[in-house]
Amino acid sequence: MHAPTSPASIDLQQILRDAEVQPVIDQLENELIGLAPVKARIREIAAFLVVSRARAAMGLEAATPSLHMCFTGNPGTGKTTVAMRMAEILHRLGYVRKGHVVSVTRDDLVGQYIGHTAPKTKEILKKAMGGVLFIDEAYYLYRPENERDYGQEAIEILLQVMENHRDDLVVILAGYKDRMDTFFQSNPGMSSRIAHHIDFPDYGEPELLQIAGKMVGAMNYRLDFEASKAMDEYIHLRRHQPHFANARSIRNALDRARLRQANRLFQLAMEGSVSVTADDLSTLSGADIRASRVFTGGLAEKK
Amino acid sequence: MRITQGQFSFLPDLTDDEIRAQIDYAISKGWAVSVEWTDDPHPRNCYWTMWGIPMFQIKDGAAALYEVNACRKAHPEVYIKVNAFDSTRGVESMVMSFIVQRPSHEPGFGLQRTEEAGRTIRYTTISYAAQRPSGERYSS
Repeated sequence: MHAPTSPASIDLQQILRDAEVQPVIDQLENELIGLAPVKARIREIAAFLVVSRARAAMGLEAATPSLHMCFTGNPGTGKTTVAMRMAEILHRLGYVRKGHVVSVTRDDLVGQYIGHTAPKTKEILKKAMGGVLFIDEAYYLYRPENERDYGQEAIEILLQVMENHRDDLVVILAGYKDRMDTFFQSNPGMSSRIAHHIDFPDYGEPELLQIAGKMVGAMNYRLDFEASKAMDEYIHLRRHQPHFANARSIRNALDRARLRQANRLFQLAMEGSVSVTADDLSTLSGADIRASRVFTGGLAEKK
Repeated sequence: MRITQGQFSFLPDLTDDEIRAQIDYAISKGWAVSVEWTDDPHPRNCYWTMWGIPMFQIKDGAAALYEVNACRKAHPEVYIKVNAFDSTRGVESMVMSFIVQRPSHEPGFGLQRTEEAGRTIRYTTISYAAQRPSGERYSS
């Protein structure tokens, strides 16, 4: 970044422009529906980083701020997506050098026999250096029921690197709220090394409908009037059924609707309908969505 | 006697940041970086001991530097070098190699002359350090 030796004043706007961080935040704002508290926190963090940059340029601060984060929330609330964006923001502000994201789970870190864990964890950490290490379902690392579990070893190495290589990588842990809380209770060292705990709220019904609209658009499909109504009802019903995973459930529902639509068009062709228009190919009808078993009571009753 | 092998050996020792920058360059070229060490730095000894396997998947020099520092900690009084291997078909060889640690005292080499028939002289380079058993070579 441009840093003359201890200037009298620094243009924060200039730093923002130089880092091109605003577009990423705008993109986050536009592409992700809802998640107001998350966006607010990310804006705060970005502002904090910009100010830290300015302070460093003034010669006010030496130590880099700790940037390890923990994302908690129910499945499908956008933790992974936000982690990718976070990496981009950190990269633009110069807090990670390369800005790639290495996404891992317990299996990638913990070995299967004595002496297997340390090299495995170190291998992953080395891969993530210069970028962001995203540990999904991090609470699986610690298994209190088995005192000889190798997860503890992985946690220790992780802690050591999080402390000593703060400039080299940023660790983001993700998982369900209650289980992460137990995880932190049994690993206080981990909790204290994480500066930012961000909680992802569940989506409301209108937000889910908006998300569905976005997803359909991204797949180059559209919902006709009937389908939008069906989708609305679908969301209302699905939310109260087991294994609801927010945006992920919506994505799956749309994927299945696409299958049904393809099947419907295929049937039409078999029955002698000669040509389909681009409109036919890209429209999901109400029937495509209403065929879902969610409308007949869902998983619970079908079994 | 300061040993001059590989790149940068006539320059002052590289700092950690400079080492990282060099490794970043190697990574940007797609070369595999590896760390090796030895206590027998004879110029013809090209087989140094590997410190772990070459790093194929790293994205940043800090990762290799992490291994360099681990090796320094385990072997404080030996020679350590960083290599970069270019696997491009037709190249397939080391394209970078530089020393990142040397012992505090480097005794150097002696030149031994062997006289043969017809006043022919054969020269042999002998490492003073290597005359002591491995492990005691750079201890004092």
